Amino acid sequence: MSEAFESNNYAQPTEDGHFGEFGGRFVAETLTHALDDFAALYNQMKHDPEFKRELHHDLTHYVGRPTPLYLAERMTAELGGAAIYLKREDLNHTGAHKICNTIGQALLAKRMGKPRVIAETGAGQHGVATATVAARLGLECDVYMGEEDVRRQSLNVYRMKLMGARVIPVTSGSKTLKDALNEAMRDWVTNVDNTHYIIGTVAGPHPYPMVVRDFASIIGQEARAQMLEQEGRLPSVVVACVGGGSNAMGIFHPFINDLEVDLVGVEAGGLGIDTGAHAAPLNNGKVGVLHGNRSYLMSDDDGQIMETHSISAGLDYPGVGPEHSYLKDIGRATYSSATDDEAMHAFRILNQREGILPALETSHALAWVVANAPKMSKEDIILVNLSGRGDKDILTVADIDGITLI
Amino acid sequence: MITAEAHARPNTRIKRIFAQLKEQGRKALISFITAGDPSPAFTVVGLHALVAGGADLLELGIPFSDPEAEGPTIQAANERALAGGITLKQVLNMVAEFRQQDDQTPIILMGYLNSVLAMQDFATKASYAGVDGLIMVNLPPEEGNELQAQLAACSMDLIYLIAPTTTEVRAAEIISKASGFIYYVSLKGITGAGNVRTDEVGIRTNALRATTEIPLCVGFGIRDAQTAAALSEQSDGVVVGSVLVEKMAAGSDPAVVSQSLQDTIADIRQGLDQQS
Repeated sequence: MSEAFESNNYAQPTEDGHFGEFGGRFVAETLTHALDDFAALYNQMKHDPEFKRELHHDLTHYVGRPTPLYLAERMTAELGGAAIYLKREDLNHTGAHKICNTIGQALLAKRMGKPRVIAETGAGQHGVATATVAARLGLECDVYMGEEDVRRQSLNVYRMKLMGARVIPVTSGSKTLKDALNEAMRDWVTNVDNTHYIIGTVAGPHPYPMVVRDFASIIGQEARAQMLEQEGRLPSVVVACVGGGSNAMGIFHPFINDLEVDLVGVEAGGLGIDTGAHAAPLNNGKVGVLHGNRSYLMSDDDGQIMETHSISAGLDYPGVGPEHSYLKDIGRATYSSATDDEAMHAFRILNQREGILPALETSHALAWVVANAPKMSKEDIILVNLSGRGDKDILTVADIDGITLI
Repeated sequence: MITAEAHARPNTRIKRIFAQLKEQGRKALISFITAGDPSPAFTVVGLHALVAGGADLLELGIPFSDPEAEGPTIQAANERALAGGITLKQVLNMVAEFRQQDDQTPIILMGYLNSVLAMQDFATKASYAGVDGLIMVNLPPEEGNELQAQLAACSMDLIYLIAPTTTEVRAAEIISKASGFIYYVSLKGITGAGNVRTDEVGIRTNALRATTEIPLCVGFGIRDAQTAAALSEQSDGVVVGSVLVEKMAAGSDPAVVSQSLQDTIADIRQGLDQQS
């Protein structure tokens, strides 16, 4: 672990958005001015009492925070090791942690006087969370979604339309999340005067990795206080799934200076890391530049971005937030992976032992718990970010089980 | 210090062509096509045809899987080229092949940073192949010092862009780091978009040119001789891309496509020269 850590004074990123060698701002020149404006406004608003009051009001009365911290007793008993606590982000309005970020950014868009917001989405959770706040605040909303994902996630597509958003299918490239991001960038570069781009994860150019992390950090702030209240001590380990990595950064960040707490991110191992069909750049990628930042990336020998595979559309992304790359390289967090099958196994355990239907993304974090809780002492505590609920995945799971619902 | 180094070793082909054009009172015509589009056989012959039609500098796109600043036309060109399995090494080989017959016309590679990062000793290899400059769409000057120094050490220019949204203060910073020429993006948008406001662009480019000796060229959305001529009035040259790439998409025979490229660029050349 680096020396910076021993003094418990983690302060990232730098003013220009670097987390060590990662992060930064790698965008077309046209966007620089909008990013500068956005960063300046955010730096001002985060200390603004009125903005903070407004955000807190919406998180309390609209989103339903704080979310519970729940001891999963039957799952703990079944696995026979560490106590398992779930931070119930599935109980947020719209069913995932994503809305904490979209509320914050939409309020910033209003302050910037921008009447239109756009977003990219993979599984549709971020798209739904954006469409939701756009409806609430009276903003025009366009959501870019890969044609392939539009087909896989028809429920969320319809949900966005019900709230008045336009869902634009993206037919370029691999027709998935990364291509939706490309298309949203193209829209933004064209309509930058009246549009704010609400990026849904801790990636993209500076200041997005910082802004999204800060808005998501309410997860870890609450969980840390709740843990102290319920157990009188901090957890041994904090676990979260990592696609772009917003729910993981959100729960990790308030624990970074608690050096006795291990931080574990779980990437999508797909069919297995050694098959190449996965979405685990921190486990098996190389450093590169995509979507505005430098980070670990799945790219081939010629720098082309590789197609990824995961059972979960929300993790099916070739990059990862730059702060995760930094935490990996300085050794503050470790990153493992769970395969599609391991995630499905954990998904079923949580349904059957706790009556909770987790998202397939979240099930990757649960898979780490299933594999590791039995090896830990009963004195240990695992804190899992239960980042989203799995209603959106029912058709996918039914399909795996050979059942046709619609 | 790095900037000073960049200026210390400018690329001679780029410098020479702009000096020549200035002497002749003509404007630079810069063409863009994507390497390997629609297949490798079209590229070198296409570049020669563009020179024959009157292009002064050649931009050659490095195909990339995620070209986030490109419009549909150039996205499709990237996809066609990648479907043929093209690599950056092959792109450099194409430049080297072109150089066997043409040792004068500057070649500028244009693309995205991840392609260049993936090749070890890119600067040395590109210089050896005969590349004169590089435009990295997603590399603003704040992040570009290291690459610019590597290129300058091999007498290649890193060409920076200025956009309509770039503030005056920032434009001055970019100009202070500029090498080769400055690429002014004529519109807020992606490559190939329509509706360039030539009057607005002219006011800005004129103001920028008053602050520097480095040539300033305008690109994005220039589809015909008339627009090219209008924009060249207040600049040192224009870049034409999507309208050429459309010709690549249309043809199946390299000779036919090359003729079509040559005719298209000749038409724009004529428009520019009448203006000058």
